[in-house]
Amino acid sequence: MAQALASPASRSRLIYVLPVALFLGLAAYFWIGLGKNPHDLPSTLIDQPVPAFALPPIAGREHGLTAADLRGQVSLVNVFGSWCAACRIEHPFLMRLKSDNVVPIHGINWREKDRDAGPQWLKRHGDPYTRIGDDPDSRAAIAFGVTGAPETFIVDRQGTIRYKHVGPITPEVWTGTLAPIVARLRTE
Amino acid sequence: MTRHRRRPVRAAIASALLPFLAIGAAAAVEPREMLADPALEARAREISRGLRCVVCQNESIDESHADLARDLRRLVRERLAAGDSDGEVTRYVVSRYGDFVLLKPPLKASTYALWFGPLVILAAGAVAVAVYFRRQAAPASAAGAPTGAPPSAASTTPLSAEEERRLARLLDRETDPSRVDEGHRP
Repeated sequence: MAQALASPASRSRLIYVLPVALFLGLAAYFWIGLGKNPHDLPSTLIDQPVPAFALPPIAGREHGLTAADLRGQVSLVNVFGSWCAACRIEHPFLMRLKSDNVVPIHGINWREKDRDAGPQWLKRHGDPYTRIGDDPDSRAAIAFGVTGAPETFIVDRQGTIRYKHVGPITPEVWTGTLAPIVARLRTE
Repeated sequence: MTRHRRRPVRAAIASALLPFLAIGAAAAVEPREMLADPALEARAREISRGLRCVVCQNESIDESHADLARDLRRLVRERLAAGDSDGEVTRYVVSRYGDFVLLKPPLKASTYALWFGPLVILAAGAVAVAVYFRRQAAPASAAGAPTGAPPSAASTTPLSAEEERRLARLLDRETDPSRVDEGHRP
């Protein structure tokens, strides 16, 4: 008889507990989602070929930057601007990568209001870039899904985007995250 | 998350300013950005209202004064002028920035919890309420009958002689107003 009573009794409790449990579950799920940083957007372009783009050179340089330039070897594509304070932070480290000849770094000089601003900034702080494309009206930046500067993409030999780093490249970010990826892509 | 405090004055000021905010929002599109064709421009506005500004995040690119929003507005117009459909323009921007740029989340497997979760909870709650009231109407049925008699037996058992007398007294009191307050007089 105890058996016979247990089942309807527990079922009767379940029917009241279930909506509350569902609500708490959904609330917890959404609460965790709200706690995430909305600026950490997952890039939709990981493992996609670099978008078709062709940027003209900045003033004083001979070559611009096109999608074809990103094929053949593992490279970095760094989005920067003279107006961008965080770019100034990572710049000395990019110069070090350049002088140590670690990996080719290509630049997208993003949204300079003045055509000379980018070249002047590079003259003052040094120029670590192999090629630079001038992107005053965000054509390439939007194609790359850029939301702010600096952003850096790691592109493999086939011209496929393999990683996106948002924010300045610090020595810690480089040795901890980016350098291992570059090394792995070179062995592929 | 924003914390709301109950400040009537502030709320009044805010609601008084609301219409001006709406006008300000519309003004983000500058005249020189607009397309000559009004039909195309109207489509561009409609698409822009559905796309999130990835810099300021809680504004659409139609409302936002951020440089990137302006560049996206121009891109939307260029693509429309080049003959893209509304869907193609939106799909292009989503392919660059992900579903996040859509102010209205798309209906797909990863958003079912968002779209249907509250409805499921509401339905489950409704079932629970319905079950609760049905059990209230027939309280004996849930308890079960130890004698093996039908569950409704308890409610139809004839009253004992003593119970009959008490019931008669109660009914009598109710129908005869002169006796109602008898016991309560000081």
